[in-house]
Amino acid sequence: MSRTQVIARVGRNWVILFLFLLCVIFSFTGRGFLSLKTLNNILLTSSPALLLAAGETFVIITGGIDLSVGFVRGLISVISAIVIRDLYALGYSPYFAIFCGIVVGVLLGFLPGLVNGILVARFRVPPFIATLGMYGIANGLALRYSKGFPITFLPDEVGEIGNGFFFYLLPGRLFTVFEKPLGLTEAEARNLVGIVPYATVIAFALLFVFGFVLSKTQFGQHIYAIGGNIDAARRAGIPVEKHLIRVYVISSLFAAFSGVLSTLIFSIGTHTQFAASLELFAIAAVVIGGASLMGGKGNILGTALGVFVLSVLEVGFLMSGILPFYRYIAVGAILVFAVVIDQLFPEIVYD
Amino acid sequence: MEGERRPLLEVRNIVKRFGGLVAVNRVSMEVYPGEVVGLLGDNGAGKSTLIKVISGVYRPDEGQIFFEGREVRITSPMDAIRLGIETIYQDLALAENLNVYSNIFLGREKLKKLFNLIPVLDHEYMMQESKKVLDRLGIEIPSLRNKIKTLSGGQRQSVAISRSIYWNAKLLIMDEPTAALGVTEQRKVLNLVKTLSAQGVAIIIISHQLYDVFQVAHRLVVLRRGEKVGERLTHETNPDEIVSLIVGAELVEGGQRG
Ligand SMILES: Nc1ncnc2c1ncn2[C@@H]1O[C@H](COP(=O)(O)OP(=O)(O)OP(=O)(O)O)[C@@H](O)[C@H]1O
Ligand SMILES: [Mg+2]
Repeated sequence: MSRTQVIARVGRNWVILFLFLLCVIFSFTGRGFLSLKTLNNILLTSSPALLLAAGETFVIITGGIDLSVGFVRGLISVISAIVIRDLYALGYSPYFAIFCGIVVGVLLGFLPGLVNGILVARFRVPPFIATLGMYGIANGLALRYSKGFPITFLPDEVGEIGNGFFFYLLPGRLFTVFEKPLGLTEAEARNLVGIVPYATVIAFALLFVFGFVLSKTQFGQHIYAIGGNIDAARRAGIPVEKHLIRVYVISSLFAAFSGVLSTLIFSIGTHTQFAASLELFAIAAVVIGGASLMGGKGNILGTALGVFVLSVLEVGFLMSGILPFYRYIAVGAILVFAVVIDQLFPEIVYD
Repeated sequence: MEGERRPLLEVRNIVKRFGGLVAVNRVSMEVYPGEVVGLLGDNGAGKSTLIKVISGVYRPDEGQIFFEGREVRITSPMDAIRLGIETIYQDLALAENLNVYSNIFLGREKLKKLFNLIPVLDHEYMMQESKKVLDRLGIEIPSLRNKIKTLSGGQRQSVAISRSIYWNAKLLIMDEPTAALGVTEQRKVLNLVKTLSAQGVAIIIISHQLYDVFQVAHRLVVLRRGEKVGERLTHETNPDEIVSLIVGAELVEGGQRG
């Protein structure tokens, strides 16, 4: 490899370096940042965002955009929480209620994507407009069903699943597998470290499966082809319209996964999480991960790294005592930086 | 070229109108296996429209198309491709974000089973097959793993051509294949046309570069305002005669009108 190729390769993988750099900096500035507890906390809280951004990746590779994912997530979170709460209140077993909440949430997740996809593919509505419409509809429905308040009073078993870990460690004292140790004092409970959250394992499994589909299968190849040159895809006999509809369905399905998972993790159904524009953070993560809004580029691993950059930044700023609004400024700057870097380093040319 | 052989493609009395405008007016022509036919004419003469009828983009208002002796109805580009008629458009129809072999196999990807179960892309197979077809046509491209956007115009043209050849094109239609290319690249594409013709592929080539067409074509068909105004064997004519056919003989004869 020549020197320019080395530089190009490093340049194209800057996100990994950057993530590493952030961790190094925060481990100096943030008290207790470099710890098992923080790591597992970041893994747990970023799981819903990972799912949201993974779905968005598919749409962005086709050259489209899905603005509705944030509120579809919210709507599904609210609905799954209501189903769980009401079934439990009716006297059904908590696990049955949770099961039904998950199933209803995921099944409803097909609908917004189907509508978005049909609008984009069959009626030629620009993706920005089609999904902006769905953004409004999902937002309104979520408000209607939640009446503007978080859905609470879910059974404790919700937290056991969503907030559960494979391992628990009380440093120097005890280590358990699956079971949260009982009868701890308050101080001990505060020091208890959960290791490998269930929620993260679920999110990673979904990311792995869909990352495989995107990078290894014909289905994925055709997504890249559509994003690269839609006319070429059409002339090559790829059923472009059907394929686009499937892609928008995947995106909203992932938004639904994200909604269900956040209900489980936080034990409440919220329609907007801390009033954050989740869809914009998802899009930012996808772009930081190497995708282009022009389409034809991007992958799930990159997107996951993009999500971790954003959540390390959030937790790191918090633990370093930096005011939260600086985070928005940092995210904005990194986003623009990502695109500039992408232009700077050309595609690697092989042998 | 004609001899006693049967034409591969024959079109008879094709008419194509756009509203009141007659873009192609009762044009007939044929192409024999391995023959290169140059389709010439001024801007707006109807060349592109005629080949779009043949490649299934437009449906003719009148006329018949015969392929390998049988009358065929070509109602979509897929119909044409299934018959073995491949068209290389000016914009090439390649996905620039994908690599060379992925484009050659676009839409017809070769799959293999992972764990005897999950169908995944067979990159190795597609790469080797693509290499074979490029070698056969004498095309040199640094690496087939390179994305199309890293290639030159002529290399892209070659990939588009290889793609159609790999899928057994019997008739290759090229609309201004050298228009955007530099001199060296033009020559490469023209050599490729000769190679293909020698391997038995029939070719219709549209070009405004008379010099190019004279180099590779066996026969020339000239259109003017939608009508066929002349047909010559290349070795029995010269550029002057063809130019006068293209622009209309009355202009060349000193402005006398007949
Ligand atoms: N889709 C269309 N709708 C209406 N008119 C058309 C259409 N396509 C072509 N025409 C008209 O038909 C005539 C023939 O056009 P065509 O594109 O076949 O010419 P051409 O010989 O390919 O010219 P050039 O050398 O400039 O490419 C022109 O007058 C053109 O304006
Ligand atoms: Mg033309």
